[in-house]
Amino acid sequence: MRLSFIFSEMWIGLRRNVTMTLGVLVTTAVALTLLGVGLFIWAQVNSMQDFWYNKVEVTVYLCGKQTQTSTCQQSGAITPQQQSQLKSQLESMPQVQHVYYESEAQAYQRFRDQFKTSPVLVENTREGEVPASFRVKLKDPTKYAVVTSAVQGRPGVSTVYDFRAVLGKFFNILNSVRNGALLLAGFGLLAALLLIGNTIRLAAFSRRRETGIMRLVGASNFAIQMPFLMEGAITGFLGGAVASSAVYGLKALVDWKIRPAFLTFAFLGWGSVHLIVVVLLVVGVLLSMLSSFFTIRRYLHV
Amino acid sequence: MISFEDVTKLYPTQTRPALQNVSVEVEKGEFIFLVGASGSGKSTFLRLVLREERATGGDVHVAGKDLSRLSSWKVPQLRRQIGCVFQDFRLLPNKNVRENVAFALEVLGKNRKLINRWVPETLELVGLDGKAERLPDELSGGEQQRVAIARAFVNRPMILLADEPTGNLDPATSIGIMKILDRINRTGTTVVMATHDAAIVDSMRKRVVELEFGKVVRDQSRGVYGYSS
Ligand SMILES: Nc1ncnc2c1ncn2[C@@H]1O[C@H](COP(=O)(O)OP(=O)(O)OP(=O)(O)O)[C@@H](O)[C@H]1O
Ligand SMILES: [Mg+2]
Repeated sequence: MRLSFIFSEMWIGLRRNVTMTLGVLVTTAVALTLLGVGLFIWAQVNSMQDFWYNKVEVTVYLCGKQTQTSTCQQSGAITPQQQSQLKSQLESMPQVQHVYYESEAQAYQRFRDQFKTSPVLVENTREGEVPASFRVKLKDPTKYAVVTSAVQGRPGVSTVYDFRAVLGKFFNILNSVRNGALLLAGFGLLAALLLIGNTIRLAAFSRRRETGIMRLVGASNFAIQMPFLMEGAITGFLGGAVASSAVYGLKALVDWKIRPAFLTFAFLGWGSVHLIVVVLLVVGVLLSMLSSFFTIRRYLHV
Repeated sequence: MISFEDVTKLYPTQTRPALQNVSVEVEKGEFIFLVGASGSGKSTFLRLVLREERATGGDVHVAGKDLSRLSSWKVPQLRRQIGCVFQDFRLLPNKNVRENVAFALEVLGKNRKLINRWVPETLELVGLDGKAERLPDELSGGEQQRVAIARAFVNRPMILLADEPTGNLDPATSIGIMKILDRINRTGTTVVMATHDAAIVDSMRKRVVELEFGKVVRDQSRGVYGYSS
């Protein structure tokens, strides 16, 4: 079949059912927007998790002469031997990427830098009161608990601080936000699938004369389905385009309103947003073509 | 060209078969009338030739193919060798005469050059040259049926099936339609026409196959309508 003929048939079909075509367009657009926003939130949550996980390190505070915690009062200050044993134990763990040692002097220096703005605090703190520590960088940040439990309570270890308390809850919330977004997207897709199917059925009904004649004169099944598939593809693409502009709008809004308030956050870059848009267009086209294909097969018995 | 051997067709919802032990042989280039009372099975016969329905028993061969063995994806190929005309014309109301006829070629993927040659040729054959740009609404019943014939014949099928093509037309117009079918038959196309029109059958003097309750009760060359209903 010539392309120009297919297009003119398709155009007639689209024009004849303007309201129906618009209906499908709106549904697909809404569904794909849900999907797009869902993906956006999902990607945003992922990039935030990456950002925070990169910051996750397990800090093993060591007992100094002046450390007041109960474990340290029992064991006393860590001996050089205990300290090197602890270091090699940490380094031998498969989850551990790197172990940095921060001496009491370095720790005190960092403390002073950190609290520059409150000189009273700095003046009342002497070197030795800020404990030395091992800062453990992990290969897989999610495995921090293994490292913590391995060194906790060892002689010379004061406390182990692993971000668990802070990040655990935060990540739980992020995960449910992300799952909610995906669920939303799933419902959107399902709704679109059913509605496109229904609309294509109506389109097939309004074109039953044409398809009847095509069958009669021996047009191939492919030729009979083609206009419907193209109609589906075009509405799917337009729906995807509408959804894409919604996602771009969301990105612009986030950059404009939210980003300035959270400078330390990792926000989605344009690259990820472009990728989401590509996904939306492809899903839009494939979804409506598939939906058309199966409806047509059932309805036209081709 | 068409051969029915002991063919029976029982529609799933019926208890009495629409066709029962029908054996008919139609040679290439023949013109035959199917006559019989309403419900005697004429349309069913044509639908079996088209493979719109499958026979419940017996063998149907069309253009050298055993239709019971023909896989469904080959049915379009079979139908390209068969033209079809109905009582209700079945034209596309939003396409003009030329587009209606060209549609049959377009959907088969024929190229534009061929379409531009065959469509006017066929319109001339049915006497519609000069009315190519009219919409079906702007034509008389007889002219609409001629468009339908042109569409059925434009691809030069080996077989033309006509199911009461004159059923909606007055006698004078019907004669015009029969002249065209006769002309098509003279090009070597096999024509099978189901009809209730006694005057036409009597005037044409072609082979007549009469059905009664799904059975062949008469098969007569150069026959007449021969019964009153
Ligand atoms: N699709 C169908 N499903 C069930 N029964 C059918 C179907 N089509 C036809 N029949 C039955 O089969 C019998 C033959 O019908 P058919 O249409 O072949 O008759 P016909 O000779 O063409 O009649 P008419 O002259 O009125 O067109 C009838 O009893 C009819 O009710
Ligand atoms: Mg009939």
